[in-house]
Formats: sequence, structure tokens, C-alpha cells
Amino acid sequence: MSIAAKPVSGAFDVERVRADFPILEQKVHGKPLVYLDNAATSQKPRAVIDAISRYYEGTNANIHRAVHHLSEQATEEYEAARVTAQNFINAASSTEIIFVRGTTEGINLVAQTFGRANIHEGDEIIVTDMEHHSDIVPWQLLAGDRGAKLRVVPINDRGELILDEFAKLLGQKTKLVCVTHVSNALGTINPVRRIVEMAHAQSIPVLVDGAQAVPHLKVDVQALDCDFYSFSGHKIYGPTGIGVLYGKKALLEAMPPYQGGGDMILNVTFEKTTYNRLPYKFEAGTPDIAGVIGLGAALEYVSGIGVEKIGAYEHELLDYATAAVSSIPGLKIIGTAKEKAGVLSFTLENIHPHDIGTILDQEGIAIRTGHHCSQPVMRRFGLDSTARASFAMYNTKQEVDALVRGIERVREVFA
Amino acid sequence: MSDLRDLYQDVILEHSKAPRNYREQPAADHKAEGFNPLCGDHFTIFITLDGDKIQDISFQGSGCAISKASASMMTQTLKGKTRAEAEHLFTRFHDLVTGHAEGGSESELGKLEVFSGVSEFPVRVKCATLAWHTLNAALEGKQEAVTTE
Repeated sequence: MSIAAKPVSGAFDVERVRADFPILEQKVHGKPLVYLDNAATSQKPRAVIDAISRYYEGTNANIHRAVHHLSEQATEEYEAARVTAQNFINAASSTEIIFVRGTTEGINLVAQTFGRANIHEGDEIIVTDMEHHSDIVPWQLLAGDRGAKLRVVPINDRGELILDEFAKLLGQKTKLVCVTHVSNALGTINPVRRIVEMAHAQSIPVLVDGAQAVPHLKVDVQALDCDFYSFSGHKIYGPTGIGVLYGKKALLEAMPPYQGGGDMILNVTFEKTTYNRLPYKFEAGTPDIAGVIGLGAALEYVSGIGVEKIGAYEHELLDYATAAVSSIPGLKIIGTAKEKAGVLSFTLENIHPHDIGTILDQEGIAIRTGHHCSQPVMRRFGLDSTARASFAMYNTKQEVDALVRGIERVREVFA
Repeated sequence: MSDLRDLYQDVILEHSKAPRNYREQPAADHKAEGFNPLCGDHFTIFITLDGDKIQDISFQGSGCAISKASASMMTQTLKGKTRAEAEHLFTRFHDLVTGHAEGGSESELGKLEVFSGVSEFPVRVKCATLAWHTLNAALEGKQEAVTTE
């Protein structure tokens, strides 16, 4: 776990970043809030909150419909956010950016459209042992419906995918590979580029769950060459309920629509409906316009600071935290991959994570405890749950120190 | 910090470290599994009835200090009680941990009163009641695992 080698121009000013997040000023149980549950959801900067307010106060109208001024303005802002998202992940075209409710909906969209069209009885879908439930269950539903089979790439004790085993799973029956870019439970950064190469060598498309990656890593979907990439707005300082599904144009064009409704059509008669062009074919009904505008503001905010710079700072924080907790007796870090981002999952001997969470909360420290919607990976490590501290760009070393003191407090209560 | 000590009373910590009646009963005539899907807590309750009376009650599984201590103390309290008494105590216990206890009910609960601090921690109510919900399912002979959701 070395600090990112790439030189970063200009020091990262964490206090300046913190000042942009109004929620961080508050106290919890009389203590300053230490928010370390960023892998669940991140806090929102003023720029995002203001963008949403501005939209509702000055621009609100339905998009892609009316000829009046407000509708035109709303449409313009909505479509501008699409271009922002396109640039953010370096998609070749803005028509490859589909707005969805979040990573989960993006994955379900692919399962229900690409999946239904291409996956049949006897076919296989490859997932990994570290997938979030949202990248397991949609495939399980599809497989059950189609008589297809899920195959699972195992992981080693550090929490890294075993690529040799992955290679063995790839075959003629494989119709899709689904892999998370960064594990929410372990923090592992998966070698997505390599995985895509291996799958493409056998003409198998790859879907990447990018929920935990986009806030921490520079994502370039063309460089990764993945076929689908799904991420959520709320984990990258944007609103909840909005996210992006990226798909390669040729695949999206060949796919049947997801939901039927307004905006996804060109012409409707009772005999036949002609579907709209990309990306509208997949955006039925009035979307979360404010959410899209808020997401655009979040991506611009992150780009303004620089995602590489953010990633390097967070890496420094993770290294500092890893070193700091390593000296705590009885503490075991779950997930020790060489390449990690943002997540410190741990257990304390004879103390249940739920109790750790409650005691830390009394100290104003918010962490996640439980199975992190990743029960298979918990079982892989013989656990029901872990405590998880997850970092964002606004966290500080002082907050890591508070976490360490909090964990000491937990040990005192259970001494 | 007084709140925290209200929750993690010494008796609770002691029971969580050394749970009573923590064993399987292969020949139990009533058995049920309970899950808390939010945190992964998982218990199995075993009951042997003698007529209407709980002759033996035990549990196994894993969970947080609150859920484990609650299961342990529940088994201690209910041994020798009738089904109706057990159901009545569950109602009282539920009232206690949700902060709805009426005056006078405390004496009925006896040692279980140590769980009154849970009412200050609403997210932990499910931990305290998981064993009791599972008990209900076992007595009613439900086949499916119960959850706190």
C-alpha cells in the first residue's frame, strides 16, 4: 500500500475542502462529527446543495418537451450534466451516458435488457466473491429465470481476486463478466483492465460496478475498455437517487429498452412503437432532473479539485489509519490487498462490530457495521460482519486519531 | 458517557462474555432460527416443553453483546415458566426496551430490567428483542426463520 507515486501539483488543502461541506460543522452527542461512513454515502458540498436549490427556485420545468423558456433551460442543464458525466469517465460519446437511480439500477438495467436478450439456458455469468449484493442478485434473478448459471471468481486471504481461477472460469458458455472496480467491504482495487483483456480475448463483455471507485480513482472507460460501467451519484458527493450507467454504443443500440414510457419513444401507435435514439431509449418517464443537475455539480466539484489529487490524499490517510490501528491489541484488518482505496474494515477480538459502532457513535464517530451488503465475502473470511471506517477527501489525520481513541474506548468498556 | 454505561451494564457484559444455556438440544421439541439481516446476528432457540411448561430452553448463534446477553438472560428467566407467562414477559420486555414500560412492570421482569438502557438506543431494540422474537416463532412452531425486519 504505497502512496500513489504520481506527483500532485499543489498541496491538498483539506481545511478548505471541509469548509465546503456544511454538515461537517455539527456535533453528535456533544462531540465534533467524525464522518467515516463514506463508502455508504458521502456528504454533499455547498456547490451541490446550491445547484439543486437553484434549479427548483429558478429553472424547474419538465425536459425534452415544451417550447417554453424554462423547459429549454432545464433541458440544457440536464444535458450539460450528461456531458460532464461523459467527460468525467472519458466516454466516447454523451449518448453512452444513461441516467439511472444509482449503481443498482444500472446493473439491473443491463440484466433485464442485455441479459434477457443474450443469456439463455446453460449460459454462464461470472461474478466475484467480493461483489456487493447489487452485483449478485440481479444476475441470480436473471439466471433463475433463464436457466443460466452463476460462476464465482474466488479471492485470496488478502482479499484479491485469483486471476488464474478467473481464467479457468472463462469459456464458451460465459456470456458476461461482472466485477466491482473497488470492493466496498475490503477496499480492494481490482485489476479491471487486465480482467477486461482476459474476457475480451474470448469476446466476452464485462460490466464494472464502479460505485466505490469513482470517488477515489480516475476512471477512464475507454482505457479500461469495459462494456458497461455503473456508478452512483451519492457516493461521489452528489444526491441520492441518481447515477450513471455507461455502455458502449454498439451494445446499447442492440439492447431492447428497459422500461416503457414517455421520452423513450419516437412514435406510438397501438400496433407498434418506435423507440427513441440513445440515450433516451433507456430513460423512460420524467427523470430526477434536479438529481442529474446535482450530480453534474458534484462531478464538476470533484474535477475542480482533481480526482488524482483526492485519491493521493485519501491513500495517505488510509496508510496513516492502517498503521495507527495496527498497534491496537486484538484488532484485525479484513482486506489487506496491495492495491486498496478508502476502506478500513476490521474486527476486534471478542467484541461484536455492532457494539463497536454504538460506542464510537457516542464519541461522535460514524462508521458502518454489519455485512456491508456483501455477505458472500464476509463468509469467505468466516465472519458475519465487520466494522468499517471509510474515508473521503474531507477526512483528516486528527479524525483518524479520534477513531483510534474511540476504539480504545470500546476496549475499555469491554475490558 | 453515562448513556453508554446504561446500555452496557456489567450484568449485560458478563452475560455476553459467558452466555448461560448456550448449547444445542438435539431432542428439543420446539426450535426456531432468528436473523437480524441488518447486522448478521443469528440465533437458534431450542425449547423442550413439559405440557405447557418450559422445561428446558437454550440457544446458540452469534451476535452483538446486547443480543447475546438478551438471549442468555431470557433463557434463565423462562426456565420453568408457562407459555402464557413467556408471552406476557415478552410484551413487558418489549415495552421496557422501547421505552413504553408502565409503572410496576419492572418487578415482573426482575433481572431483565438491566435492558432498560436500550430504550435510549432505538437502533439497538432489534438486538435486544431478536431472541424473544425467535422464542415466539419456536413456540408457534413456525417453519421459516424469523427476522427482525
